[in-house]
This record gives sequence, C-alpha cells and structure tokens, in this order.
Amino acid sequence: MTHLIQLHEFDGGIHPPENKLQSTGRGIKKPPMPNELVLPIHQHIGAPADPVVAVGDTVLKGQTIAQPHGYVSAPLHAPTSGTVIAIEDRVVPHASGLTELSIVIKPDRQDSWIEHQSLCAELGLDDCDDIPADALIARIRDCGIAGMGGAGFPTAVKLNTGKYTIDTLILNGAECEPYITADDMLMRERAVGIIRGAQILLQILKAERCLIGVEDNKPEAIAALEAALLELHEEHHIDVVTIPTKYPSGGEKQLIQILTGKEVPSGGIPAQVGIVCQNVGTALAIAEAVDEGKPLISRITTVTGDTIVDKGNWDVLLGTPVSHLLKASGYQAPGKRKIFSNKKPTRIIMGGPMMGFALPTTELPVVKTTNCILAPTNKELPANDIAMACIRCGMCADACPADLLPQQLYWFSKAEELDKAEQHNLFDCIECGACSYVCPSEIPLVQYYRHSKGAIREERATYQKAEQARERFEARIARQEREQAEKDAKRKARAEAAAKAQEAKKSAAPTNSAADKASISTSTVQAATNSADLEKLQKQLTGAQAALVKTKEKLEAAQNDPDQADKVALFEGALAKTQDKIKKIAIDMAAAKKAAKTSTTEAGVSDKGDPNSPERLKKKWDTAHARLETASKRLTEAQEQGLDTVELLTQGLEKQKARVEEAKAAYEAVSSSTKNSSVAEVSTDDLNKENANDELNRKIRAQQDRVAKANERLEMAKAEGLDTVDALTKAHTKQLEKLAGLEAQLTPAGEA
Amino acid sequence: MALLTLSSPHTHGSNRTSRIMLTVALATLPGLFALSWFFGYGTLINVILAIATALASEALVLKARKYPVSFFLKDNTALVTGLLLGLALPPLAPWWITVLATSFAVVFAKQLYGGMGNNPFNPAMVGYALVLISFPVQMTTNWAMSFQVSGTELISITDTLKVIFTGAKELTDAYTGATPLDEYKHLISKETSDQLLQRDTFSGWLNGGWEWVNLAFLAGGLFLMIKRIITWHIPVSMLLALALCSLVFGWDEDLYTPLSLHLLSGATMLGAFFIATDPVSASTTPRGKLIYGAGIGIFLYIIRTWGAYPDAIAFAVLLMNFAAPFIDAYTQPRTYGHDKPRRGLKPGDKS
Repeated sequence: MTHLIQLHEFDGGIHPPENKLQSTGRGIKKPPMPNELVLPIHQHIGAPADPVVAVGDTVLKGQTIAQPHGYVSAPLHAPTSGTVIAIEDRVVPHASGLTELSIVIKPDRQDSWIEHQSLCAELGLDDCDDIPADALIARIRDCGIAGMGGAGFPTAVKLNTGKYTIDTLILNGAECEPYITADDMLMRERAVGIIRGAQILLQILKAERCLIGVEDNKPEAIAALEAALLELHEEHHIDVVTIPTKYPSGGEKQLIQILTGKEVPSGGIPAQVGIVCQNVGTALAIAEAVDEGKPLISRITTVTGDTIVDKGNWDVLLGTPVSHLLKASGYQAPGKRKIFSNKKPTRIIMGGPMMGFALPTTELPVVKTTNCILAPTNKELPANDIAMACIRCGMCADACPADLLPQQLYWFSKAEELDKAEQHNLFDCIECGACSYVCPSEIPLVQYYRHSKGAIREERATYQKAEQARERFEARIARQEREQAEKDAKRKARAEAAAKAQEAKKSAAPTNSAADKASISTSTVQAATNSADLEKLQKQLTGAQAALVKTKEKLEAAQNDPDQADKVALFEGALAKTQDKIKKIAIDMAAAKKAAKTSTTEAGVSDKGDPNSPERLKKKWDTAHARLETASKRLTEAQEQGLDTVELLTQGLEKQKARVEEAKAAYEAVSSSTKNSSVAEVSTDDLNKENANDELNRKIRAQQDRVAKANERLEMAKAEGLDTVDALTKAHTKQLEKLAGLEAQLTPAGEA
Repeated sequence: MALLTLSSPHTHGSNRTSRIMLTVALATLPGLFALSWFFGYGTLINVILAIATALASEALVLKARKYPVSFFLKDNTALVTGLLLGLALPPLAPWWITVLATSFAVVFAKQLYGGMGNNPFNPAMVGYALVLISFPVQMTTNWAMSFQVSGTELISITDTLKVIFTGAKELTDAYTGATPLDEYKHLISKETSDQLLQRDTFSGWLNGGWEWVNLAFLAGGLFLMIKRIITWHIPVSMLLALALCSLVFGWDEDLYTPLSLHLLSGATMLGAFFIATDPVSASTTPRGKLIYGAGIGIFLYIIRTWGAYPDAIAFAVLLMNFAAPFIDAYTQPRTYGHDKPRRGLKPGDKS
C-alpha cells in the first residue's frame, strides 16, 4: 500500500449474512482421487472445444484432450493420467439440467505428468521479462485458462485488448458472495503466485498499475498479499486495496467503479475505459501456466452449508463429480440423522446463494468456474414463500447496483411488454439478485428478468431470420433481372461482333508470310535471352526482399530497445535504400516481362511461354476443378447452416463449372492436336513446315474452342427452352464442319 | 436423492410485505391516540368499523374471485386501507359513511383493478372522495370539537356510539363544530386575522388539539422513515411545496390561512407521511417522488385556498396518482454505464 487509492461507492447493494467463517477454519485440502473424471467440452463462454482424443486412448496429466474451436474458445486438458473411457453426453453443471458432450477419464492413479516447462525455457530466453505479449497470450490460451470468478470467459481473448490502451489492471479478490471462501483461502495460501500472475498480466497489458480489490472482511488474505508484494518487490506497482464489504462489490463493473470511479459503458467492455479485470484465481492459473507450463486442470472449490461436516476449501481436479466431493466433505443428506426429520428435498447449489444455481443432481462434475458447492439445510436457507403482489415499495430500486428500476422491469416482464423492458435497460441487469433479496413480497425478480432476456433474444433471432429471408428473396429477384439483362446485352454484342467480322473479312488483305517467318526466328532467340534476364532479376528481387525483412526486424528491435536507440536512424536509412532497390528491380522486371511476353507471342512456339501448352492447360483445368470442389463444399456447408450466402455461392459454383468445362475442352483440344502434330515435329527438321503445322494446330484449337462454345450455348438454350435452339444447332454443325476441314488439312501436312 | 431446484438468489432478506403493513399501522398509533384524546372515541370507533368493513369486503371479493382468502388477508393491506380511512373520516361521521367509503375503497378502488399492487389510485382516498362529494354535509359538519374548544367534557363513549349509529341530532349538534381550516377560510373575508384567532376554535397555540394530532402523525412518519419503510422524498417535497405556496401567495394572514395552520391542521401530516407515500399509487423513482410530492403540496394549497373544500388531501393525492406513471417515465434514473438517463417511453430510443 504505497499509493492512496480514492475509493468510490456504487449505488445500491445489500448486506446479506456473510456466512464465511464456517469454511475458513482449515486450510485447502486435496480430496481423494475419484473413480472417474467427467470433463464437459464446454466449460467456458464461447464455442465448445473439439475433442482430440478417442475412447481407449491413454492420456497423461496435462495432455490436451480437446482443442479450442474458433477464437472465442478454450482447450481442455487431462486433469490426471489415465484412460479415456467414454466420450458421451453427460449432465453438465447448468440450471437447465441438459447434457453435453463430455470426455470421461478413468484415472490410473499414477498421476504422471506430460512433459511441461516454463514458457521462458521453451523460448530459450535468458531474461523472462523479454517474453513478448503474444507468446504469453498464446501460452495462456494453450493452457485453457478461462475466467475463474464464475463467468468462464476465455482469458486469452480478454487479454487481447486490441486497439484499447490499458492503464489499470484490476485483480478481483472481493469475493462478495456469502459462504464462498475459495478466493479468500487462495489469497491466504498462494499470494505469491497471485502477485506473480499480476506481474505477467502487467507485462502483457503494459498497464501502469495494478489494483487488487479485497473486501475488508478478509484481513488474513490482505496481509498475505501485502507480504507477497514485499517478497516480490512489487509494492510500487501493485496495490492491495481494502474495500468495504457490500454485495455485489465483486461484480466486475462494481469493482471497477469502486476502485476507479469509472463506469464500463453499457454493452461495452472494461478495456474501453482502459481497464482489464481478472479474478485472483485466474491470475494464479496464469502464473502457473507461464512459469511452470501447467494447464488449468484443477481449482479451489468451497464446500459448505449446514449439511456438510468438514466445511472448507478443496483443491479439486476438474471433472471431479460433485457427489465425490460431497462425500469427501462428509455430506449428511437431510432426513438421515433423525427419524422424525424434515424429509423435504434440499438444495445443492453450485456457486453462492445469490447467483449460484441449484443442481438437478450431484452426478455432475466440478468445472473451471465452480467456486463453491453450497449444501444448506432448508432451515438455513429457506425457499421463498409464495410471491405476493408487488406494492412498488421501491426497495429493489434502492438495492440495485446498476441503478435500474427493478419493479418497473418486473411489471413489464410480467405483462410481456418486452420493448418497454428493453427501454428500461433490462440488458444492463447483471442478475446479482439484490432486488430479489430485498423484495418484501418475495417475488423471484431475477427469474422474470432472465425470462424476458431470453424472450427478447428469441424475438431478435426471429426478426433477423425474417430479414434474411426477405433479403434473400430480393436478391434472387434482382439476380434474375440482372441475368436477363446480361443475356440480352450478350446477344446484342454477338450480333454486332458477327457483323463486324463479316466486314473485316471482306477488307482483309493477304499478308506477307516470308517476312513473318524471318521475324519469328530472331524473336525466339530474343525470348530466350529475355527469360534468362528475368530469372536473374527474380533472384535479385528475392534477395532484396529478404534483406528488407531483416532490416525491418532489426529496426523494430532497435525501436523497442532503448540501448539501440542511436541505431534506429541507421536502420531506417538502410530500410529506405533496400526499398528503393526493390522498386528498381521491380521496374526492370516489369520491363523484362513485357519484352519476354512480346517476344514469346511473336515467337508463338516457345513452349515455356505458350499459354496453350498442354501442361499449362492441364494445370489450369486441375486448378479450376479444385476450385469447383471447394466452391461446392462451401455451398453444401452454407445450405446445411441455412446461411444467406447460398445464392451467391450457387452463382459462383455455376461460373466455376463453366470455367472447368472450358479448361477441360481447351486441354483436350490441345492434347489431341499435339498428339497429331508430334509425329510431324519428330519426322521433320524443317522449321517452316513445323510452323505451318503449328499454325494449323492453333487454328484447330481455336476452332475447337468455338465448337465447344457453340455446344455450350446450344445446351444452355436447350436447357432453358429458348427459341434460339434451331439457329444454334445450325451454328454448331457449321463450326463442327469447319473443324473437320481444318483437321483434314492437318493430317496431310503431318504426313508430309 | 431428490434435490430442490430453484432460481437464484437462494437467500432472502427479512423484509415482508405483511410486516411492512403492520409497521405502518403501528406508526399511526400516536395519531390515533391524539385524535381520541382530543376529540373523543369517535375516531377509534371509526377505525374499528372501517377495518372490519375492509377485511370483510376484501374477503368477499377474494372469495368471489376464487382466491385463497386467508393468504391475501394476511398481507394486511386491507387493514391499512381501513385504518387510514377511519383516521381520515370525521370522528362523528354516521356509521354508513364509514362502511360505504371503506367498502367502495376495497371493492372498487382496489379489488376491481386486480387487487393489491394493481390499483392506480390510493383506495382509501377514492373512498374518501366518494363520500366527500356524495355527502358533503355529513363530511363537513360531523367533526368533533376538541374538549378544550367546546369547553365541556369530552363526549362519552355511549354518546359517541349514539351519534354514530343513530345520528342523534341534538347530541351531534352539541359536540361538533367546524374545523380550524374551514372556519378560517370562511370567516377571514369578514374578520381580520387577529379577531379570528380570538375565536374558540383557535384558542391558543397547541391547545386546539389539531396541532397535537399533526405532530403525532409526524412522529409516526419519522418512525417509518427510520425503519426505511418510506423515503423522505414525498413528505419533504410535499410539505415544502405547501409551505412555499403559503409563503408566496398567502403571506397576508388577513386574507389567507397562515402557514402554521396549513402545516399543523387538517390532515396535512397524515397525508404527507401515510397517504401520499402509499407506494402502489405513488411515483417510484427518486426524482419522480420529489415531483409527485410537490404536486400534492401545490394541489393541496390551491384547493384549500381557492377551492370549495376546506381540506384537500384526497383530491390532491388522487390528481397526482393520475400523473404518477407519466412522472415515472420521465424521471428514470441514469443506469450504470449510460451517459444520460432515458426520458419517456419512445420506442427505439436508446440512451
């Protein structure tokens, strides 16, 4: 505590009985190894992870068993060594009682670790402060760390603050929920690790300061953190701030308000006000991931409530069944102790009494966000009576930390006036439950808000779907109109072109073939030199580009390193020079290419440059085909998912098909003609004859193209039932005749 | 193992609506005591009669609506409605006035709107307004005189019962008189303030009884505030508005009722702390409560000074009940994370 932090107060809030002393009587213990560990693939906010192990696989402790799916996701690791005995749907810890794909591991009780090392060692760095932020974030992501305060948002995503500059890192050790002491005990026993996590977070975020907010009902935790600060010599950058105990001061938005006076904009993230907030447990997990290479495979969970004999905190492997943990804690199911006891069902709550949810069964696992298992008696936490009518007393509004009007939201929700509820900022409700807690009519207000939020989200989705359908329909109409217009334009253009061609034929004069032949032989030679030049230039360019990359790296390093500041100008000069060089080479190359192109077109026979060589055409065909495959794959995907891109993709696919056909036709034409002509090429040395043959070949190729096109048009017309079918059939036949004529010419030429 | 699954939160504070209503009832006891001390048993009998009527009519309607009777009677709201009406009506009003006002309040102003919490108007004041308009004579002449004013002995319990249930004419005349507000308002045009204050009704500060009654209700109101059952907003803004109006428009005591009479006579304190603060029909936002209370204070002054009625709590409260939803829509607090508060209910309006 070197700085004096000005505390602010958030509006509202409540003071429910804390009930924390029960579970702080003993230190953190490890429960015995359970018989199986159940790991749902979706323990975080975002996309569920993809399993990368199969049933029967043996896994080591810390081995990745599921990979993140997409950006907002997190991997999953084996909490101990053993065998994957099932990958199946299991009930997950969620109020719905729904099932989800889970990887079930049978521990081999060896607990043997996979090879793991600190990030510093992995990168081979001497000074661990040099690890770039990207590498740290990647390590955090690879270790599957997700917010351990309860929400489970992937930490790596949260740390990627993008365009926002972060000035303050806040570690949340408030733990304002009654009963829960997981963070409290963690801070007491592992404060050094937490401070180390804060150091890493500061390194990633390049923030100026770190504030650790702890409620004043945890003096032992505060003392432990202060001692750890001194131990790590961080007392100047990191402050442990004692805040008054009031629920929900541990809410991210509320803690930010208390410590900085800033408010996170509605619908925004703390990074927008230059703040990143992390739970103390997350900070410890980060420290272990970076310094030891340990992925997130266990967490501290409080087990408390009057049905528990051994109330306290456990260091639990993820996937440990709740029933196992309850057994280890000496859970006494109500009704077992006395003959005449209350046999009414009790609740087992995952999380705290304010925001936790009652479990439908105890046969579900501890996950990354499980901070508490609360097993109270009905006497301890009686269920609400039947709700009475709202008398608009406004106590809820006084308790609301978000300054909402809960009673208005309730009336709107009850009347299904969702638009009004939304106008009254329903979505700013953090569901802390303070309003329900103070409501004298015992109305389950939060339940109403959850329902309304769900209904509004559903409404939005329906609206969006309808919008998409409308857009699709309109796009279809527009496309049909456009296609018709294009068809008309093409028809017109063809007619005009045909007319012009007729005219040109009439006016065309006979060419001097002798001169042509002479120029061909010279330009062939030139083409060869040109291509040699081009290769040389290409080499130069590659070299220059490599130099550029190197210089850039050096420059960046120099910019980041104050010791090399004087070298920055030097590198900058070098960079500019290299860039100039590249520019020059590029210009030369462009010129050379141009020359090469003209000479090859002039030569016409250079195999390398010939765009119509069989190899090239084959390649073209292959690529076109490959593209077609990807296009159709995408289309199927889109169709499956009902995306609105289906229309576009279909169009693209059609085009691609046409291209494939074209490429195929071209290739077949060429390969057949080269087969024909190859005989001629071998049998004669006469350049002239060869040229003549080639000339003919080219003509045939062109003709084949024409035939193919005519055929295509004909097919199209047939398919669409146009009245041009007859005319096109005629044209097609004509083209075929022409082709036959040319081929007839070629055969004698080849034989000669 | 059968487990109970319920939505969070799983814990609850100790507030209960029925207990809040009982506390309100408890807070009226000083006022009830003062009324009975100075004006006889009339009010006490009224209160008992009104509560009995309120509970009976509530039970009847609940039965007719096929609602669980005892569950809803236990919320104590009918009890409070009856209690407030009993306190507000003239102590010697005939029994049928009390019964009519109370049953109308519970059946029409409350249950027909959907019962507790759904009534747009303060039920007690609807009942009061009904009998005030329908039976102005009984409602203005049956005010018992303080024993200090009448100079005689306090009306006996048997005489009180006789007056209330049989309407014995000679007894009524002997024990009733105009209220201070009524007398001042009607006589100030003929006499000066000094002359007027010589009359029996105003015989000496803190002797007429009304000041004590109002101070007793003020004490009860402060108790409710300490218990956090009501907030300061409505009473303070209402009394301030009344005082301001009185100082600005009625500073001349030879023309208008003086401020002290406004504040400590009639139903001012009962209205400010127990009637205007009825949460169901009042504004609910902090700023809205200030406007709502001020509105009542202003209407109270206007009707007392220029209207036909000597007191006006019922009308002032009912008029502002109309405005409460509108006030609420325009006085929403600024939600966390928003730049400015939202005003009104325009659709698609984002703040």
